[in-house]
Amino acid sequence: MITLGQALNRGLRAAMTSDPRVVVMGEDVGRLGGVFRVTSGLQKDFGADRVMDTPLAESGIVGTAVGLALRGYRPVCEIQFDGFVYPAFDQIVSQLAKMRARSAGRLALPVVIRIPGSGGIGAVEHHSESNESYFVHTAGLRVVTCATPSDGYTMIQQAVAGDDPVIFYEPKCRYWDKAEVDEQAPLSAAPALHSARTVRGGSDLTLVTYGSMVRPALAAAQIAEEEGRSIEVVDLRSLAPLDLPAVLASVRRTRRAVVVHEAPTTLGLGAEISALLTEHCYFEMEAPVLRVGGYNIPYPPARAEEIYLPDADRILEAIDASLAY
Amino acid sequence: MSSASRYGYAGRPPPGRPAYRDRGRSLEKREANVIQMLAPDGTLRADPRFPLDVTPALCRDLFRDMVLARRFDEEALALQRQGELGLWLMALGQEAAQVGSIRAIAAHDHVFPSYREHAAALCRGISPAELLAQWRGIAHSGWDPARYRFHIYSLVLGAQTLHATGYALGVRLDGAPEMVLAYFGDGASSQGDVNEALNWAVVTNAPIVFFCQNNQWAISTATAQQMGAPLHLRAAGFGLDTYFVDGNDALAVHAVTAKASDRVRAGGPPALIEALTYRVAGHSTSDDPRIYRSEAEVDLWRERDPVSRLDTLLRTRGWAGEQYFQQLDEEARKLAEQTRAACLALPDPALEETFRHTFAQEPPLLRREREAMSAYRASFADGPGPVAAAGR
Repeated sequence: MITLGQALNRGLRAAMTSDPRVVVMGEDVGRLGGVFRVTSGLQKDFGADRVMDTPLAESGIVGTAVGLALRGYRPVCEIQFDGFVYPAFDQIVSQLAKMRARSAGRLALPVVIRIPGSGGIGAVEHHSESNESYFVHTAGLRVVTCATPSDGYTMIQQAVAGDDPVIFYEPKCRYWDKAEVDEQAPLSAAPALHSARTVRGGSDLTLVTYGSMVRPALAAAQIAEEEGRSIEVVDLRSLAPLDLPAVLASVRRTRRAVVVHEAPTTLGLGAEISALLTEHCYFEMEAPVLRVGGYNIPYPPARAEEIYLPDADRILEAIDASLAY
Repeated sequence: MSSASRYGYAGRPPPGRPAYRDRGRSLEKREANVIQMLAPDGTLRADPRFPLDVTPALCRDLFRDMVLARRFDEEALALQRQGELGLWLMALGQEAAQVGSIRAIAAHDHVFPSYREHAAALCRGISPAELLAQWRGIAHSGWDPARYRFHIYSLVLGAQTLHATGYALGVRLDGAPEMVLAYFGDGASSQGDVNEALNWAVVTNAPIVFFCQNNQWAISTATAQQMGAPLHLRAAGFGLDTYFVDGNDALAVHAVTAKASDRVRAGGPPALIEALTYRVAGHSTSDDPRIYRSEAEVDLWRERDPVSRLDTLLRTRGWAGEQYFQQLDEEARKLAEQTRAACLALPDPALEETFRHTFAQEPPLLRREREAMSAYRASFADGPGPVAAAGR
């Protein structure tokens, strides 16, 4: 049994071992091993040229990663916390995302940007945000997130191996979750990076979720089952591109969908999935798609976060509303 | 000892970069260009470039501010360790840099802090409860910036230096006699915002003093890995008046800040003070500095403690008697008690407040969400039940 943090560490180690052009860079990722210790021990084993403690400058981290990628390296950047990614926004949105298209495909930027995201750990301001929609909205970026140690281990390797930029969200409240991870299985046997996964089968309604919300969604499904309702839970894993066929296949069977995420609902993934379901299976649905998400306010102080964060109760409310429609 | 830079910065140079030419030079020689008036052993030495009327009263006042700030800091640490604060970032070792500078400016000068300026905040009259609210997790800021002329803390590094520059530009446009003091750290100096602010201030001749507490560690990143040339030299390149001062010497900091602010008030150019100090504690209560720095280095800086050198001066000169020290001890003890009581009395936040403060007028969407949230919460007889807890 290893934690999600350890699984990511081992996944990074495997990626660095298999490709000498993979480099890790960010604030405090070297000697300290990152504030969440995800890169712990990597500098000791791979050297300071491959695991670089950078100056404190997020725009610099991503901008120089672009340059390293142009030179043939595969940088894995760490942004220390979700709320600190914005100084790098231009480098991500205008530079990293667009260079392939601007160069008519002549330039590839295989850069992974790891972001410990979302809240739930009682942190101070700027340390608990769910800002994935900014990047999902930006063409040219792939955006994924892992919810389990097993996915952490494989998805980080797949992200590093790909030839496009990937924003890789790690739900920090799940860093300490433990599970068995099969490190012997070949990476080729793992589910594709951009595939969703049904984590619980059901026939009455589909909960579509990802990252930190998979666990409360499963808890809600368990309680609903005790009340005689069969709830399916789909972990998206990939936010851009979306595994639309998987979502459609599930919702066509259950005919009801509730989307759950921590991010504010306005223009969140729920809005996009709701629109897609409306376009693709409007006449097959028994109820409108409902959303359970963060309120449309800034992430609150720590002592109010449990009111802000969606939980099993709020998910059950939405399930009830959908089933009663 | 791992001090490696020719400028006296702690830490080792980055991998692959050639070792500094004068790596082996003595600490004294490396720091020869640091402005210092009060040596670690309590010896006082006037600097004619920075005239300061060193009176017993001034020394007692600065000492008192620093002792109280340190006691507050210790109590906050204890509160965090006991689970009453979510996080605490100690200012331990940086009291002289903060007290010396904030006491040298005028009460009407506006201050833009970073997030560790607890000693400066206390000098401005901000209460322990107001300071702790943010770290207890009940608010994102605890005080009214206009009341204290002290802006809210900025956790996004360096962002406040641009705000301070803009504010100072406004002061100039208003023709007001004020100036602005902007605190930031060695780590933040790598951010684009800080370098834009330095340039902007010069170009607009904004009445501002930038005050960098170079505490030599940005979490685990030593100054030698953060910058290749010292910040005061970089700032000179931007065109600012620059000063490099011993940040653990309250008198030198006071004298330098007074001179810098006088010049800024007299028409500029803007100034930057680099105060060389040391972050004796970890970055925060979540940090374990033993992973990345030696005890020997910390011990060296403990010997240069800003409080004890002023203590020595007061005692050797006979500028303060036993009664003064006893009274101060008692005052510090009371402050600690008040701090604890005020922390525990802080009310839990209402999420409704965040809704109300997101815009000047709450838009319909937020109002509907807030009302639905309140109704939903009221539907639980005793608040949200165990189901919610199990779901997290």
